[in-house]
Amino acid sequence: MEFRENEAIYSQVANFVTEHIMLGKWLPEQKIPSVRELASDLQVNPHTVVRAYEILQSREVISNKRGIGFFIHSDAIEKIRSFSKERFMGQDLPELLKNMYLLGITIEEIGAQFESYKKTMNQSKQI
Amino acid sequence: MIEIIDLSFGYSKKSTLLKKLNLKLEKGHIYGLLGKNGAGKSTLLKNIAGLAFPFEGKCMVNGKIAARRQPSFLQGLFFIPEEVHMPSLSTESFVARTAHFYPAFDRTYFYKLLSEFDVDREENLSKLSFGQQKKMMISFGLATNTSLLIMDEPTNGLDIPSKVQFRKVISSALSDERCIIISTHQVRDLDSLIDTLLVLHNKEIVVNLPLDVIGERLLFSSAGRANPDRILYAEDNMIGTNTISINTDEQYGKVDMELLFNAVVNGENLILQHLK
Repeated sequence: MEFRENEAIYSQVANFVTEHIMLGKWLPEQKIPSVRELASDLQVNPHTVVRAYEILQSREVISNKRGIGFFIHSDAIEKIRSFSKERFMGQDLPELLKNMYLLGITIEEIGAQFESYKKTMNQSKQI
Repeated sequence: MIEIIDLSFGYSKKSTLLKKLNLKLEKGHIYGLLGKNGAGKSTLLKNIAGLAFPFEGKCMVNGKIAARRQPSFLQGLFFIPEEVHMPSLSTESFVARTAHFYPAFDRTYFYKLLSEFDVDREENLSKLSFGQQKKMMISFGLATNTSLLIMDEPTNGLDIPSKVQFRKVISSALSDERCIIISTHQVRDLDSLIDTLLVLHNKEIVVNLPLDVIGERLLFSSAGRANPDRILYAEDNMIGTNTISINTDEQYGKVDMELLFNAVVNGENLILQHLK
């Protein structure tokens, strides 16, 4: 895994997990890789994975069943969506708005693009 | 695990390489040791491994003085030097002659690692290429299951797939019962693997901190993202300026070990003060 320079590795590992859940690669109530397995797969220190799993536990995305492993909560997708939305509104949106303002991009231009993006996404889902 | 107390060392009495050095290392961590050429990294590692003897102070490993080289101390550690010298033996006979010094040696694991590293187990060890010899020693060192594993520049001579394999193997080899020390100049090879950074500079250890803690106190970013009033160190590159600044609003970024190292060896005391 190639890590970005501007984000702590543990938070990139947490995002890796949430992305797998959102994309349906890992399903609710399923067991996820152990700390050691994921550390080895991503070539990171096991402590980094422990920290990422702690964050995901505190956000109730995964839970630790003692002696068995980590499992995805049944409502993990809603949980991820709600805190991801919060992060988007708080961090990504202000940045986007600033660029739109600087470049003179109107909401209508973006709106048209977004509608056609949704269309392609829905089509690929049906296939 | 390791306790070094006021250790001084030099290859002659006139030139001290390490002076009143103190260091405490615990199990369950992968330590990355950085230092300039000639700063004494290998020398420090040799003092820990009982291969060099301090003229003042001492190094204790698991409660035993390293310089005494007791068998119970030696069987608990494995040291992989930067340059490995292989005897003219087959892998099989090397294992037969050496493995019994390490009570917890795991033969199955050793051969599994060899095949993961793509090392030909049938070839005479002295005939293997430098990189292959190195991978053979890394595999052997891991398979000894010693509580202390010391590697001096392990990724030197490793090709790109082997470096990936190395990171995978080391990250799964760490346990609560094991302490791994890696010295390196190839920071980018290992920056996701190391959890605690050690910097050897001016004959002593000036940094011994978990990367998490460094990331909480300092922000590594382009000049644009940093608060101009809080910049402690700046370095120009081709496309802009990289900075280290005081981290105030909990924006945890990735620790740029190369930048931090440059700042420390360039005498940026502000940075060290901020890490204390």
